[in-house]
Amino acid sequence: MKLQRKNRRALALGALAVSGALALTACGSDDTGTSGGDSSASAGASNIKCDDAQGQLLADGSSAQKNAIDAWVKQFTAACKGVQINYKGGGSGAGVTAFTQGQVAFAGSDSALDEEEITASKKICSGGQGIDLPMVGGPIAVGYNVPGVDNLVLDAPTLAKIFNDKIKNWNDPAIAKLNPDAKLPDLKIQAFHRSDESGTTDNFTKYLIATAKSEWPYEGGKAWEAKGGQSAAGSSGVAQQVKQTSGAISYMELSYAKDGISAVKIDTGADAPVEATTANASKMIAAAKRVGTGKDMALELDYATKAAGAYPITLVTYEIVCDKGNKSETLPGTKAFLRYIASEDGQKILEQNDYAPMPEEIISEVRTTIDGLS
Amino acid sequence: MDISTQNTQAPPPTPQPPTAEQKRAARGTTRPGDRVFLALSRGSGIFLLVIMAAIAVFLTYRATLAISKDDANFLTAFEWNTGVVPPKFGIAVLVYGTIVSSIIAMVIAVPIAVAIALFLTHYAPRKLSGPIAYVIDLLAAVPSIVYGLWGALILVPNMDGLFGWLDRYLGWTGIFSWEGGAPRSMLTVGILLAIMILPIITNVSREVFRQVPQMHEEAALALGATRWEVIRMSVLPFGRSGVISASMLGLGRALGETMAVATVLSPDFDIHASLLNPGGGTFAQNIASKFGEASEFGRDALIASGLVLFVITLLVNGAARAIIARRKEYSGANA
Repeated sequence: MKLQRKNRRALALGALAVSGALALTACGSDDTGTSGGDSSASAGASNIKCDDAQGQLLADGSSAQKNAIDAWVKQFTAACKGVQINYKGGGSGAGVTAFTQGQVAFAGSDSALDEEEITASKKICSGGQGIDLPMVGGPIAVGYNVPGVDNLVLDAPTLAKIFNDKIKNWNDPAIAKLNPDAKLPDLKIQAFHRSDESGTTDNFTKYLIATAKSEWPYEGGKAWEAKGGQSAAGSSGVAQQVKQTSGAISYMELSYAKDGISAVKIDTGADAPVEATTANASKMIAAAKRVGTGKDMALELDYATKAAGAYPITLVTYEIVCDKGNKSETLPGTKAFLRYIASEDGQKILEQNDYAPMPEEIISEVRTTIDGLS
Repeated sequence: MDISTQNTQAPPPTPQPPTAEQKRAARGTTRPGDRVFLALSRGSGIFLLVIMAAIAVFLTYRATLAISKDDANFLTAFEWNTGVVPPKFGIAVLVYGTIVSSIIAMVIAVPIAVAIALFLTHYAPRKLSGPIAYVIDLLAAVPSIVYGLWGALILVPNMDGLFGWLDRYLGWTGIFSWEGGAPRSMLTVGILLAIMILPIITNVSREVFRQVPQMHEEAALALGATRWEVIRMSVLPFGRSGVISASMLGLGRALGETMAVATVLSPDFDIHASLLNPGGGTFAQNIASKFGEASEFGRDALIASGLVLFVITLLVNGAARAIIARRKEYSGANA
């Protein structure tokens, strides 16, 4: 009995030592991470105007633009020491909710405000309303993992059939017709979709609805509606599954389509199939139609475009602010930060992070709108 | 005779009918300490009821907001789409998935847990039983997200062999047929849940088996029973209600497990006859994975599904109480 008690104590001591060591190493690596980030950030922080921005800016919203915001925040706070920006990335829905409840200075969202949300925003923006400012674009890559196939080309109806469980094998004639040179294996297609509600799903299915309505008879929205296939949470989740599973295909933001995942080229009807690149996404956004009224700059993409080099499965994410009636304590900071991210320097950073910058004519109007915020 | 009558007559000091104070005196609770304790414990009991009622009221209120706008049948629809107009959502798949995964977990975990508990209390040498019990207790302290990661990175990629075997020999039942998708299915979830609920069932069962009166066992041994017969005739009947209570604790954890299920399962809104093909979903998993992007209304819908889970949990606990109450004669700790 005595011996046993001693053993226990020894075990407990051992556990304590191990966890203590782990905790210490965790701290250590954290520190080096931030200090490395700081030094790189201070390099390009020259053209940022802080004005009288200070205090803490709270923001929440789209996880799709989280990496872009993080990169911007690093640059901006390095230049403007008095400002702290805290972007939570809790999802577009959470961001818009937080905005209409007046908890955040601005929100990020993958879809523009709908009428109900604009009505709700009028309570927060005294004398004004919530407006959408397009800031970040991004190609949604269709990533796949098929051994021996590098240059897969697909078109909208085939994609719709694959994700709707109508085409079940990689050597299906419909795929072979689009890829005459590829050696397609006799392999079951494992199509993955997002299990959480997602702006990426929303945009991907909007594309299918616009271009292959007969094969994709769904209404669209953030939730996946088709039956069949498998699912995983988050872009990182589906990317992980595609990486692991031979014969898998899924849609994800471009930055996730690497390390063993190839991206499909889309046959849009243009002369050549279009690759998923940030430049091709920018071409797509340049042709977008503006549907927002007044200062609202909500865009509508033409998914059925046949323009050369325009990648059709593209997502635009917005920053949402009040046009009038922003809180006086956060207004200078919000304006300075938004002015920075809409500036040439700010937009330039996007490409390094696999996002697409906004085309010049859209972003210059965004800049004018930002200057008029009050 | 004389003395005894004197003794019985001694407590009532006067022959008058007893006042309220005297009644309290007869119950023996006059001292302030007792009164404070009574008030405290009664207050705690009422507090608990108030909390439960508050949860029920909140869930019901938010749920009615959502369900009144639901375009599909809330109980039978096979979809969850709160973002469209009109919204359509239903819980059929979630009820099925929650119950099936919990049943699988219980079927696997309870026999193993009871066997471990019996081994630790009646077979294992002292030197061995201490460390084993310690390690099992430690399993309960592992956060569920760690189980989820372990499940996704180790368990799922290594299930192919078992799934292939089940498909080959039991595929004809339909329940165990497999089409070769990634094994992120109900059965994998059930196995993971079984591992997660094992420690609590083992731990409580072990304590119960340890409470079996020594005399019982020694008497059986003296009558010539083997060790297995002792266990069967005195330990198991004595411990049955305790084991049921332990299983219910485990079942509670399995019903409500969130992160591990969300990480391992490939959720969809369809009921699949086969336990091996990916798909399905549970209440907790669905709430966790949909909450982030849900609108205000979407959250109300998720809360409505949470209300159903709340009711299911109450029903399960009620059933367990009823079973235990029937076996009161054996029960020491749970009467």
